[in-house]
Amino acid sequence: MNLDTLLQRPDVWRGGQISAAVKTVSSGFDELDALLAGGWPQGALTELIMPHQGIGGLRLLMPALAQLSRDDRWICWVAPPHIPYAPALVSAGIDLSRVLLVHPRARQDGLWALEQSLRSGNCGAVLAWPTLEDSVILRRLQLAAEAGNTLGFLFRSQRHVRRPSPAALRLQLEPGTGGGLSVSILKRRAGRAAGAVHLDTSLQHGSLALHSRTPTAAGHTQPQWQ
Amino acid sequence: MPVAAARALAHDLVVHVVDRKAVQEALCGLADWAFQFSSWISLYPPYALLLEVQGSFTLFGGQAALLKNLRTGLAALGYKTRLAGAPTPLAAFSLARCGSEQMIEAQHQLAAVLAPLPISALDWEQTLLDRLDGMGVRRLGDALRLPRDGLARRLGQQSLLYLDRMLGRCPHPQDLYQSAPEFRRHLQLVSEVEQAQALLFVLQRLILELCGWLQGQGGGVQSFTVRLLHRERRHTDLCIGMHRESRDAGQFTTLLRERLERLDLQQPVSEIELCAGQAVKLDARSLDLFEKADAQEQIDLLDRLRARLGDKAVQGLSAIAEHRPEYAWSYSEPGVSRKDSRDQHRPLWLLSVPRQLETRGGCPHWHGRLKLQASRERIESGWWDGRDIARDYFIATNPSGSCYWIYRELAGERRWYLQGVFE
Repeated sequence: MNLDTLLQRPDVWRGGQISAAVKTVSSGFDELDALLAGGWPQGALTELIMPHQGIGGLRLLMPALAQLSRDDRWICWVAPPHIPYAPALVSAGIDLSRVLLVHPRARQDGLWALEQSLRSGNCGAVLAWPTLEDSVILRRLQLAAEAGNTLGFLFRSQRHVRRPSPAALRLQLEPGTGGGLSVSILKRRAGRAAGAVHLDTSLQHGSLALHSRTPTAAGHTQPQWQ
Repeated sequence: MPVAAARALAHDLVVHVVDRKAVQEALCGLADWAFQFSSWISLYPPYALLLEVQGSFTLFGGQAALLKNLRTGLAALGYKTRLAGAPTPLAAFSLARCGSEQMIEAQHQLAAVLAPLPISALDWEQTLLDRLDGMGVRRLGDALRLPRDGLARRLGQQSLLYLDRMLGRCPHPQDLYQSAPEFRRHLQLVSEVEQAQALLFVLQRLILELCGWLQGQGGGVQSFTVRLLHRERRHTDLCIGMHRESRDAGQFTTLLRERLERLDLQQPVSEIELCAGQAVKLDARSLDLFEKADAQEQIDLLDRLRARLGDKAVQGLSAIAEHRPEYAWSYSEPGVSRKDSRDQHRPLWLLSVPRQLETRGGCPHWHGRLKLQASRERIESGWWDGRDIARDYFIATNPSGSCYWIYRELAGERRWYLQGVFE
């Protein structure tokens, strides 16, 4: 195999070269989109590393999920740690009929369901909370997300931060001041790790809509009877 | 040759008794399967099947293409077959019986093609064949050359009619095979099977028969049942359900494989049965769906997940207009959701069971002291169904910046609970 053919491989990326070919889905936050060169990478795994829960990691995805739920694909939640609360999802503009919850009993089933969902091409986004450390499995998941052209979001705890990961994008989330969220890039395919942005995803009702610029903000978050 | 005589010649002879009922069932199964190739099928028991194929050539793109399809399908079912075709049923039957795999198209060729075949090609009783043999007749050509009245006198009018029909000199009405309105196929395993996955190989054959039958019926099914029979009349039923009607053998096999992989067989299996209810016409909606590749695959993911994890493990979500937070949502069938929600500030995570919080100095704690935001929401509801609640809800933050939805009981011990996480 010569170098040219090697470079043709989709799973080979070159440092320092911003690839225009990567399709993205807007995160709904201007600052974050600028940091990510467009938004969440499509057909790839994104790892969101959080020191603990309750800092708003899920809220960060809501504008993009709302956007994706308007397509004919599932927003698939594999083994969520709690019940995704339907009223809050509706408020965030998500079409509930595209939500698919998968509750596998065994860990092995969870990984299987995760890979199937990523690979099938039927899911716009797949959310999971895997505790695994095995980078071989993560690599499989990354390839599955590529095959299914799916946005795969893995929520990971802080202890995973030092482990190498084949995910296309790794973000460190920290609680910011005033209820906001601080996001910094640990790894991405195109370009080097970059500085942090502070996002106001604060809890004041409607502030998420105010600060995001997806079409969600305009009409969808407001129920019709209001 | 009697079995005793055969045993005398070969002492290590293994004798298998033919199960006529099983053979008949297999032939019916094959006929059901063959409905995808022709709607005119007759049984020629014990081992032959007659298909009127002239009318299907156009559909399959010619005789060669049809035969190729037929051969591939039969091989997949695991049968050894001989295919022969002719303008009359009995001529085709005789050719196939002798293993002469020819396709004769013109009626005038029949006599010449059939002439070299041995007289055993005729489906006649042995006594009649012996009588022919006694007359020095060895080949069909010899029999056809005999004077008609002499032949009728010696072998009976029926034999003459048989030959006339074979050559197409007089019509030969057929008893058409009617398939049962429901699909049910039973198979005795050669030996007991202890590994669930090993059953898939055998079941695959039944699935192919099912799909052939469905194609012949012009329909699909939404579910089918595999019954695994054990000793002492015990059995295990596996019901495979789908989102929409289908007749896709690949899909059926995948779903069944997922199910078998999860199956913990308590006892070995000696027989298997595959049943499917009435075929449902694949309506315009389903057909439209088949054309939309995305939608088809989507069904596959849902069915796959459910086949392996169980129906209850894969759910959709609904929002319900209800004051009590724990009743303001419910699971629902994926793709079908109620979205009756009040536009209130709610956490993205709800705990399945509220968790009682420790208090220190009157303040609730959860990974540190919780700081309450000023706004309070009072929820009192549900007196009519006995599950009434009276609570004050707060948004609270702990020292590490995590944000929670907590409440305090308004009555009784006025305890604090954690019910949601503002993730």
